[in-house]
Amino acid sequence: MSTAPPGAEELERRVAAFLAAHDPAATEPLDFLRARFDAGLAWVHFPEGLGGLGAPVALQQGVDEAFQRAGAPSNHPEGNIIGLGMAAPTILAFGTEEQKRRFLRPLWTGEEVWCQLFSEPGAGSDLAALGTRAVRDGDSWTVDGQKVWTSMAHEARWGILVTRTDPDVPKHRGMTYFVCDMRAPGVEVRPLRQITGEAEFNEVFLTGVVIPDEHRLGEVGEGWRVATTTLMNERVAIGGRAALREGGMIGVVTGLWRDRPELRTPAAHDALLRLWVETEAARLTGERLRQQLAAGTPGPEGSAAKLAFARLNQEASGLELELLGSEGLRYDDWTMRRPAEVDFTRRSPGYRYLRAKGNSIEGGTSEILRNIIAERVLGLPGEIRVDKDVPWKDLPK
Amino acid sequence: MSDLLYGEIEDDLRSGLRGMLDERCAWPDVLAGAEKDEPSDASLWGVLTGFDVLGLPVPEEHGGAGATWRETAVVMEELGRAVAPVPFLTSSAMATAALLAAGDELLPALASGERTAVLAVPFGTAPDAPLPSVRVSGGRLTGGIRDVADALAADVLLVPAPDALYAVNADDVVRAPVTSLDMTRRLGDVTLADTPGRVVASGEEAVRAALTAGAAMLASEQLGLAQHCLDITVAYLKTRYQFGRPVGSYQGLKHRLADLWTSVTQARAVARHAAACLAAGDTDLPVAAALAQAHCSRVAVLAAEECVQMHGGIGFTWEHPAHLYLKRAKADAIALGTPGHHRATLARLVDLPPA
Repeated sequence: MSTAPPGAEELERRVAAFLAAHDPAATEPLDFLRARFDAGLAWVHFPEGLGGLGAPVALQQGVDEAFQRAGAPSNHPEGNIIGLGMAAPTILAFGTEEQKRRFLRPLWTGEEVWCQLFSEPGAGSDLAALGTRAVRDGDSWTVDGQKVWTSMAHEARWGILVTRTDPDVPKHRGMTYFVCDMRAPGVEVRPLRQITGEAEFNEVFLTGVVIPDEHRLGEVGEGWRVATTTLMNERVAIGGRAALREGGMIGVVTGLWRDRPELRTPAAHDALLRLWVETEAARLTGERLRQQLAAGTPGPEGSAAKLAFARLNQEASGLELELLGSEGLRYDDWTMRRPAEVDFTRRSPGYRYLRAKGNSIEGGTSEILRNIIAERVLGLPGEIRVDKDVPWKDLPK
Repeated sequence: MSDLLYGEIEDDLRSGLRGMLDERCAWPDVLAGAEKDEPSDASLWGVLTGFDVLGLPVPEEHGGAGATWRETAVVMEELGRAVAPVPFLTSSAMATAALLAAGDELLPALASGERTAVLAVPFGTAPDAPLPSVRVSGGRLTGGIRDVADALAADVLLVPAPDALYAVNADDVVRAPVTSLDMTRRLGDVTLADTPGRVVASGEEAVRAALTAGAAMLASEQLGLAQHCLDITVAYLKTRYQFGRPVGSYQGLKHRLADLWTSVTQARAVARHAAACLAAGDTDLPVAAALAQAHCSRVAVLAAEECVQMHGGIGFTWEHPAHLYLKRAKADAIALGTPGHHRATLARLVDLPPA
């Protein structure tokens, strides 16, 4: 049965009816979440039967808030960012009906955490150069290779995996996309320690891992197209949060400036004010982008937001450390921890300075973002491609 | 949070103005005008009068269009894009803001273009800076004020004196033209010697309102200028070949242009915020105006400097428009307070005291 997609009022009514039938205080959290998914109130813009009602995505926030007000259990989205932000939209776009039914519900409820097996030691910015091989053997594939920068791999049940299936064609063509069982024999996860001392990420070694063909997402050789969908959703997931004046790193530095007059110097004052101006400009730019999205006229400003954020975070954290002088020379803890999420505020200034260095590398380096702006927004000619039309196996590595 | 987008009326206004300016204010006309004695383009000013944009923020009962500073900002963007040599910032924004604060009788004449007024302060005066010292005795004014923008294009001077703001007939003062860095917005030195004046408003409030409105509106001029410098530079780098490749395919230039585009994008949000705060009388206006000047001044100068540099030799010639934009951009950065001055203002406003 399919009718017109519900509006805000209809959703409000359905949430109320659902809450009346499932008392949040008296229902097992997992049962509650599964029922919420089945009622189409998980991600309302998804199709009916897959956790949604085909409603406009803009109505999601109202639904989430209504559940939160009622004290409903959370699916802890912060613990499954890759799953919710990247795997789910990709499965929805390219999955078979069976795959959608198998994967989406436990993904949304948080029963199954996902990770992303994309980057490799030899394929960073140039992801399409990746070399993890998948060889077909009847109804299954055998995978060998190494992936890197995989957050949550040590907790994940599934991974979205891009592989090389045809080395004889140019790099963008010979790839195939899979869902990888992280508990399968031959999957080895090792923590990857970073400059902060902790290990947010992992290396994942794949040795003779067997993946059934029914876990392939999209056609054989179409992996790049599927991966592009995932990466587009990554940009959406990263951009666009409302911010207050002096929110984030700048607030840490301005707070220090106000609280500790003895640290103030004329040079630092000028640096702080320049940073304040640029941060406020970036904040207003983000606000303008949000207004454009709300008005249904998205602009290309989003690609600039991450570029600005990375630089400002780095400059602010660097200034904080300098302001502190000798105090800035103390670091809180080099122990190799496995943090569930990045927390800039609860660690020492030295940690903030070091962790911010990742901001211009993760999720697209600042250099690649500048290429994207120059080529896609300004229409400047592309880089000269020496690898175009060259079979992957013949590329210098 | 203020509305940072453009409305349909603003889009229409922009497209009408741009078509007219492309025709009546092409850069060769601007360059030719810069070498003449006339202090501004009177015929272009006449055309703008016909567009009914000189009194946009003035209520209809005062003879204005009853629009807001938001639309005025769009006019500023387009005039900045064309480096148009007209006294719009000085008369239609700054003097108009002073007269609005005072509810003065001159408003209809300014809004209709019948008269042109400028605030008689050095153009580098920031909204919170000291004012020139003009002596007043029995309603007559005496003193010298250097570097007044569009002094020779005006027929009324609004002169701040210690007790009040006075309107002075421009024919009653000595106005000496100044050879100006910005050839498209020329300065004049003004000398008052026992010159009769009419009180427009007592105290400093009207003058401060004019300077703040000027700072907020100037940001949109800087935005229009910066966007145009970026546009013509990008267009040129697609057609200029060296070493067998378009110059715009070199990453060394592409990355700088991407950064410049990012800065211009930010300047748009900042300038819109300042215009919206001015239009709404928002309490954030002093911060928004100082932020706009601290940021947009830097972006406009960067855009004009990159425009000169990336055009290479041709960009250094008199026969190319880049220098018109560079001169305007650098002059605008100093006008109504340098970025450094505005940062110091912000330090005070947002409680980040100096060492």
